[in-house]
Formats: sequence, structure tokens, C-alpha cells
Amino acid sequence: MAKITLNINKKEYPLEADPQMPLLWAIRDLAGLKGTKYGCGVAQCGACVVHLDGEAVRSCVTKVSRAVGKQVVTIEGLSETNSHPVQKAWQEIDVPQCGYCHSGQIMSAVVLLREKPNPTDQDIDDAMAGNICRCGTYLRIRAAIHLAADEQKKAAPQG
Amino acid sequence: MIDEQTVSRRNFLKTSALTSAVFSLGFYWPGSGKAAKIVNAAEANNFGVEMNSWVHIDKSGKVTIFDHRAEMGQGSYQAVPQIVAEELEVNLNEISVVFAQGDAKKYGNQVTGGSSTVRGSYKNLLKLSATAREMLIQAGATKWGVPKIECHAEAGHVIHKPSGKRMHYGELVEAASKLEAPKDVVLKKRADYKLIGKPLRRLDTPMKTNGTAVFGLDKMIPGMLYAAVERNPRLRGKVKSFDDSRTRLIPGVKNVFKVKMGVFNTYREGVAVVADSTWAAIQGKKALKVEWDDTGFEHLDSEEIYKRQAEALKTQEGLAFKKQGEPNEIIAKATKKIDVTYETPYQYHAAMEPLNCVAHYQEDKLEIWGPIQAPEWVQDYISKEMSISKEKVIVNMTFLGGGFGRKAFMDYPHEAAVISKEIKGPVQVVWTREDDATQGPFRPGITYRCEGVIKDGEIDAFKVKLAGQNNSHWRGGKKDVPNGSASEGFLKPYTDSIKNLAIMDIPFETPIPTMWWRSVYASTNGFAYESFLDELAHEAGKDPLDFRRAYLKEDRLQKLIDKIEEVSGWKSRKKGEGFGVAITECFSSTVAQVVKVSKLETGGVKVDKVWAVMDCGWYVNPDTIKAQIEGSVVMALGAATIHQVKFKDGMAVDNNFSTYQMPRIADIPPIDIHIMDNDADAGGVGEPGLPPFAPALTNAIFDLTGKRVRKLPFSLLGV
Repeated sequence: MAKITLNINKKEYPLEADPQMPLLWAIRDLAGLKGTKYGCGVAQCGACVVHLDGEAVRSCVTKVSRAVGKQVVTIEGLSETNSHPVQKAWQEIDVPQCGYCHSGQIMSAVVLLREKPNPTDQDIDDAMAGNICRCGTYLRIRAAIHLAADEQKKAAPQG
Repeated sequence: MIDEQTVSRRNFLKTSALTSAVFSLGFYWPGSGKAAKIVNAAEANNFGVEMNSWVHIDKSGKVTIFDHRAEMGQGSYQAVPQIVAEELEVNLNEISVVFAQGDAKKYGNQVTGGSSTVRGSYKNLLKLSATAREMLIQAGATKWGVPKIECHAEAGHVIHKPSGKRMHYGELVEAASKLEAPKDVVLKKRADYKLIGKPLRRLDTPMKTNGTAVFGLDKMIPGMLYAAVERNPRLRGKVKSFDDSRTRLIPGVKNVFKVKMGVFNTYREGVAVVADSTWAAIQGKKALKVEWDDTGFEHLDSEEIYKRQAEALKTQEGLAFKKQGEPNEIIAKATKKIDVTYETPYQYHAAMEPLNCVAHYQEDKLEIWGPIQAPEWVQDYISKEMSISKEKVIVNMTFLGGGFGRKAFMDYPHEAAVISKEIKGPVQVVWTREDDATQGPFRPGITYRCEGVIKDGEIDAFKVKLAGQNNSHWRGGKKDVPNGSASEGFLKPYTDSIKNLAIMDIPFETPIPTMWWRSVYASTNGFAYESFLDELAHEAGKDPLDFRRAYLKEDRLQKLIDKIEEVSGWKSRKKGEGFGVAITECFSSTVAQVVKVSKLETGGVKVDKVWAVMDCGWYVNPDTIKAQIEGSVVMALGAATIHQVKFKDGMAVDNNFSTYQMPRIADIPPIDIHIMDNDADAGGVGEPGLPPFAPALTNAIFDLTGKRVRKLPFSLLGV
């Protein structure tokens, strides 16, 4: 066990953790933030995606020691009022059914839209291929990403 | 009779003190088979019945609804308030929803299965809500001294139009609660609905976009420890011995012991590792060395299971589920007949949230929190297994991260309760994905032998024999009777109108645990029966849709066929363009689907488009229905083209998504969904969209390639 400090959603969490512990379980069980989900434990489903210094990572296979000194953002920290364009698009299209995978889906989509503000269907298929939805909300995920892209464009200053 | 007696003021006050809400209305079941009666809290108390307080309104006007069913994605959390808000005349966003605890005496059947939430409760909910509205209107009219007929309710207010007076429900709840519930209330006409039938947004969506929805795995209670269990990979096996020396070295591990949990009529054994984090518990589980006692039952491979089914279909006649006319005689004499076999695999539910459960055993009670589809079954089962009186077993439903049937069973809450009792404290038992994927129960894989004879373009004889495990056997069902769902999914007008017909069930058992999986037997029957019908249509030289139309003479079915024909462009399709159709019925709803496929340049086929028409009668939210059909098609696509639980030496082989591959976003074709409008009673929504997909797909592949797919799963690229 080691004393470490994680910065999650711009807040410091002093924790005592096995350095080998995946970031997922440190976020959930030690920091008590339950929005990030466990789905497979082997980086196959994407339910555990969080941002580490802005990059999407699978927290179930990322050692907690790797997150020390970095900015971790989870679904709870994406916006204060559930109003990130991706969250709003998800609400507008009523994407979730059971909802379990959508923390990870949304976190993946946010990175996609930062890198490709105007994604094609192919871009979406590529970027979202690592996120499983057993309820089968894929068509709505695609529609919501396009909608969020449109909204982002409207919000951006016109040049 | 409860509704003919008056309520004493003394009793009313007693009840009011017991409930925080000022005005509560609920149902009361006077006896099995009788219609529910509506009672307020005072009446319930006066007559000694359990009040379920389905709708509460407090003095601030806040409306709280108890959702008696689980929310696992299918939309009960939206449907129940949308129904109530309509007749109660309140705004949907002013309602809070609370999951009811498991209690069959209060809530009746709470098992969220069989697509039954809306169809099983909407009439009572409409009446209950209208009753509450009328009582509030009456209270307002009395207060103003005006005739009730001059008053109406709107957006949480009672309004007296002639004088322009209006009062918020909150100001009237105390007076309303003292009134007796009127016996007859007039329900709104469908044309007058403001909310029902509209594609309103789900109330639970915002919670599911910011991580605040509490699923079972997210439940935390003070002092809670975490447990992982190494269970025998063969259900019927036992723990012979275990070595926990390495486990106990892992930091955070607190306790290791043997556990036994009930799985229907049998038990499963394992070794529990209790720790201060999920990770430590999982690591501790991995470090265990367990020796299993696997004697006394067979360790089967998939190949052997299907060999036995094929053999049984050749040599046995089976038990008659339905038999009429002389199918055997006609088939025996026929010079030309179809005699084909369809094979379907075992399936895993694969909900995104693996099984888990929090239990807190204390001397005077046991409390459970978890993703639970059948809270009152859990209450009942644990009460019996652990000898705790039923009222002391409190079962709370969280949101479910998918269920699909698996979370209707009692094994995982029971196991959590046993572990909590052993450690004398609260615990969350977490199943790893590997545990979840390999322990079952699974959907049974069934093989069908289908024989038929065509004469003058019509079915002269129709015979289906099925060999596969019967889920009811796991719950103690009789083994000398045919499976009661042997033709589930297949439309009844066929079995009613085909003169010479036999549906035979061959009893078949293995030690592999099986149970419900979304749409249950319709998911396998649908493939066999609807593929076979397609074969018969081609044998008869008829258009597959016209062939079906001739048998499905009911008006609703004719309209459904007309609709799918129209929206899919069936008539304007060209010969061999790759169109297939299938129509199935389950849980009182009928769904027709057309699938279009085309050849890939690189070999194989791809699904270009799916059209679906749903007839579920009266419905609440068309967008929920569309979402459920979209999801059903995706799940059916996986089941038809990827998924099979393979067994080797009596154990499931694939244990995670790395080998049990899920459909991904790029695999999903466009899905065009239409809903029929009629005045029929409500049917199910969550499951009926699944069964027609596989046969519509393989019928389309036959249309395109002339090749008949008779075994699932098959690879689209291998066609």
C-alpha cells in the first residue's frame, strides 16, 4: 500500500492504495465516484473510459500509479450542470436505455469531437468501436454525436 | 366490502401519522383473480389491508410515484409516471419516481419479465390516477361551495372556471385525503390524451448522462466491505477443499470462507473472499487454490449436447404440445415433403452491469440493495432459505445496468445475504465479467425438426418437433408434460387453421443451468417456425408475404402485413434482391420485420436495412417502443451472427468480451420502425421486437443467394 494523491475533476483525493490497483477501482471504491463503470476489466467494453490529461483511457487496465500528477476527469467532472454539448445531445436524442455504458460512451465521444469537430460516420465508427452497448443504442449514439458536432459549431465564434 | 364502509376520523389520523405524505392512493387486491380496488391510506388502515401508496401528494403539491417494477433500460421509469400524470393532471416533470420495495402483498406481481409492466398495470394506474384527480376536484368544489361539475383539474391545480378560482393540489390534499374514493370514475378518451402516446423524453436520461444514476454496483452503505467469490465452474459441483494462504497475504483481504447459494432447486458452491476494496477481493479470489468435487453428474461438451438432440429428433416422437388431424399419416404417404432441421445455440445475457448485490444482515432484519428484476421473489426465497420472516427481508431495487432475464433470479442476492451473515456486516458481492459470463443460467439451445407437405399451394401437413432444455425444470416443473411454450412466438392463427398439425416436445436434460433470456422461447422458436414457413412458401411457389397473409386472416394481422409491405417496398422489390420477412408474436404484441441484404464484393453478405412494424395495441411512449425495437434488433443480430455459449467438459468456454464478441457501432444497419394504432389492449414492448429478426435475415439470404441458413449463429461473411 502507498499513500498517493489523485486529482480527479480538479479536486485532490489523498488515498492509500496498492499502486497496482487499476485506476477504475481507486476512482470508484477509494474516491467514491461511482459514475465510471466496471464492465469487463480487460479493456474490451469501454464502460470505464475516463480522461487522463485529456486523453481517453480505459481505467480498468490503467494502474493508479500512472494517474499520479495528472488530471483525471470522470463523467461527474465533464460539466457542472450536465450541459456539455455531448451530454445535451445525449439528452436530446434520449440515447440511453439501461444507461450503464454511457459514462464511457460520452467520455469517448468528447475526445472524438475535440479531435474531429466534424466527424463522418466512418470517424464515429472508428472512434467508438471500443465502446459496447448491450441495449443496442448505437444508432442513437451516432445521431447524438452528429448533433453535438452541429451544436459545437453553432457555439463556436464565427471566423 | 371495503368500498361500502365509511372511514372513521380516528383511523385516518392514525394512518396520517404513519405516512409522511398527506394524500396517498393505492390498490388493494381483495383476493386472487379479483380486480384491484382503489383505497386511500385511511381506508387501508381501517380495513387492515396493506397500503401500497402508489401515488403520494404532499402539502407542497409534490407528487411521488412508486414504480413497482425494475428499470433496466426498457422504460418503466418513464412509462409509469407518464400514465399517472395523464389522468392525475400534473406535469410530468413535477413527479418524482421511487422504486418500490419488494412486497407481493402490496404491489402484486413485481417480476419485471414477460414485457409486462405496462400491459399488466396500465388499466389500474389510469383508474387510480383519475380517482385521485376526482377526489382533489371534489375537495376544491367543497371548499369553494360550488358544484363539482363546474370544476376541472389542470397542471396540478383544481380550477373553478366560472369564478376563475384556482388552487394548487398541495392546498387540497388534506381535504381530499378525508374523502372516500369514488367507485366509478370516467377515464379520458384516447383522443384527449395530452401525454400518453407522445414521444416524451425519459425522466431517467439526465441521471444517465452525468453519472448520478445509482446502479447496483454503485450502491454504498457505511462500513460496507467488498466480496468476490470463486464459484464452481460447473453448477452442480461442490467445494472439496481450498487453500487461501496466498489470498490472505493480499493487502485488504479480511476474510475467506466457503459459501453456498441457492439456484432454483439446486445449490452452487464457492469460496468467498471479503476485502476492503473490489480490487483486493478480486485479487484474493485469483490467488485461491480450490479443489472441486465434480462427481455424480456429466461434464458435457457442446458437440455432445447437439448430437444427443439430433439423435432424439430422429428416434423419438416426444410429448404432444398440440396435435390435430393426421400430420404423421400425410407426411408418411407424401411423395414430396420438406424435412429439415434448425439448430439454435445457448446464449449468455451479457448485461453491461455484471451481477452484484449489497446485503446487510442484522439481528432483527436483512436488507438487500441490487439490480433486481424480481424483488418479491428475492424476498420470498431468502426468507425461506435463511429462515427469516418475510417482513424482515427488505429488498430494494436500484437501476439495472441491463437485465434481459438474468437479474430475475435469486442466486446472487441470496449469496450476498449469506456472506453478510457470515461477516456480521454489510457487504457488496461483485461478480467479475468472467463469473457473469460462465456461471449461467443461459438461454437453452434448442434443435427443431420440421416436416411439411404442400398440396395445391397450401400447407397439407405441418409438424415441428423440438429437443432442448425446458427452463421450468429448474424451478421444479413437471417433466412428463410438454414445454408449455413449445410454439411461443409462432402466430396462433397458423396453429388454429392448419388442419393437420403436430407440435411435439422431446424432454431433454443436461446439468447446464438454463433460464429466460430476452423473449425466451420465441427467440429460438421464431427462427425455426418462421424459416420453415418461408421454406413452405417457396415450395408452394408463393410470395412469402402473400403466403402468410392467407393464413393470418385477423383484421389486425392483415393491417400489420399491409403496413410492412408498404413501408419496406416489398411489392416493388426485384426478384432475388435479398428481401426476407418474418412475423412473430410474444407477450401479446406482434412484430413484422423485413430485412434487406446484399452481396459484399469481398465475399459474404451485409445487412442493408431493417424495417419493423409493431402492433402492441394501446401504448404509452412511441419513442420508448422504437428504442426497444432498435435494441432488440441489435441483440438479435448478435445472437444470429456471433453468439453461442460453447461448453467444454461441462463448463462455459468464453468468459469475456474478448472472445464473446458484441456487435459494435459499425455493425448496425439502419432500422425503420412503425407502430400500429388501434384500440386493442396493451401488449409487451421490451421483447417482441427480437424474435423476427433472425428468420427475416436468413429468409433474405435465401432470397439473395438461394442458400438456406438452418443453424445459428452463422457468419455473414461466410455466406
